[in-house]
Amino acid sequence: MGETDETRTFPGARSPDRSWSADSSGLRVHVNEWGEPDAPIIGLVHGGFDFSLTFSVFAPMLADAGWRVVAWDARGHGDSERAHYYSWTADVRDHLAVITSISDEPIVLLGHSKGGGQLLDLLDGRPYLARAFVNLDGLPSQFSSPDVPDRERRRMRRADLTSGLDRRRRRNELSRRPDTIEGLAARRQPMNPRLPSAWLEFLVTLGARRDGEGWRWKIDPLLHLGGFGPWRPGWSMDHLASLEMPFLGVLSGVVDDPMGWNSRRRDIEPFLPPGGQLEFYDDIGHFLHIEQPRFIADLVLDFLGRLP
Amino acid sequence: MTRTTEIVFNGDLPLALHTLADGEGRPLLLLHGLGEQSPFRRPEWTRVWPGPVLALDFTGHGESGVPVSGGYMPESLMSDVDLVLAVHGPCTIVGRGLGAWVGLLIAGARPDLVRGVVLFDGGGLAGGGPQPPTPHVTVLPVGDGSTPDPAALAELSRDPRPPDYALDFVRFALEDSPLDHPIVVSSRIRPDWLAAVAADIGVVEMPLEQAIASFM
Repeated sequence: MGETDETRTFPGARSPDRSWSADSSGLRVHVNEWGEPDAPIIGLVHGGFDFSLTFSVFAPMLADAGWRVVAWDARGHGDSERAHYYSWTADVRDHLAVITSISDEPIVLLGHSKGGGQLLDLLDGRPYLARAFVNLDGLPSQFSSPDVPDRERRRMRRADLTSGLDRRRRRNELSRRPDTIEGLAARRQPMNPRLPSAWLEFLVTLGARRDGEGWRWKIDPLLHLGGFGPWRPGWSMDHLASLEMPFLGVLSGVVDDPMGWNSRRRDIEPFLPPGGQLEFYDDIGHFLHIEQPRFIADLVLDFLGRLP
Repeated sequence: MTRTTEIVFNGDLPLALHTLADGEGRPLLLLHGLGEQSPFRRPEWTRVWPGPVLALDFTGHGESGVPVSGGYMPESLMSDVDLVLAVHGPCTIVGRGLGAWVGLLIAGARPDLVRGVVLFDGGGLAGGGPQPPTPHVTVLPVGDGSTPDPAALAELSRDPRPPDYALDFVRFALEDSPLDHPIVVSSRIRPDWLAAVAADIGVVEMPLEQAIASFM
């Protein structure tokens, strides 16, 4: 392990003003907050393999505009407790547990990527939780799946199954590979090809912890991309069409961003709730709020400013 | 014989694997239905099987451990079965209800280790149906460790089971199993996924005892 500077900063990033834990049926969920405690609340739900501190630049912008910004780590991510089981349904239930522990009144909810997709499920079943919903590139449609032949799709599913079972067999031996800050950032780069290395290195100091062998991501090594079982992207459109609260959807049009859903405006528009707003940017990648935090924050604040 | 029990670990969680009958050769592994647990003695319909008869309590069921805060998916119960296969080697599986669905999944995921699966009636056979059911999200009470885990009952009765997803696992099994007909449907009740499986040209239908005997 080479010598390395063990701290990183990033322009505009701010530590949370408060942190606490919520309980989801016995599982500890870590919650971070920015802004005044008595300000109107906006809850932020991160995407897969992210964590709440990935909002460290975006959240302060909303807080500075007068919002109490509350973001939490999904089970097994960031500083939340690891679980025996992970599932889309369990994540959705964890979101419900946190939201109901924040407020008895409807709040604004914002979800990015998988977090946005999970909020679609939650708000279809529990619409009164939200007075408005912002979805940042978390709108999977039936056109989101890669266009691959059946045989290849089955081969990919089979490989995913086998590797998942193998990991379960070795669960007690699994650990995240240690590295330098620069090394972990470089290994994350393929998931975030459009984000600067300075951001990724800063992220390591938030989302990884250091031990005698180096830095390791906190995320449970059991977790992997996928693993949703028979879930299919098009099901999310049923939930979108059912919504009734004010809605802002923001789509990235960058087609080669590996973590994106690749939904297009015409895939989503037919399912928008009444009065729903949909924005599409073909020059901003999947991590819209990290690539263009000021622009996206202003877009969200403009939407929130028009709420009844 | 009185059943004996060994513990297999899925991570830190203990799984109860019961031996209902001793014998030589490949084991017959019984998978119970949703909310059920393994039988205390060998069912009559297994008498035809000459080898050992094992029965697994799924996570959150019977004498197996209960995870904190649920998160159950049939795919995760599949890993329970996979751990038994890792310890005991190739098995023939009879699955009831939920166990039939999990049995199909593991037959597709580990075709070299599942030497035939019999799909039979039992609790939790249909799951949530071919499409996601009407959304119902609720905070579950903190469990006290007793079984069946309410989280398992809530989550495993609502998981979608699309027929085309089931057929993927049929294909996996047919492509790589050393058996000509690794999947036998013996159930009388046929939710959509099971009707699709039974209709597949590589799958055969037989009464339960005959199906078990076909894998000897």
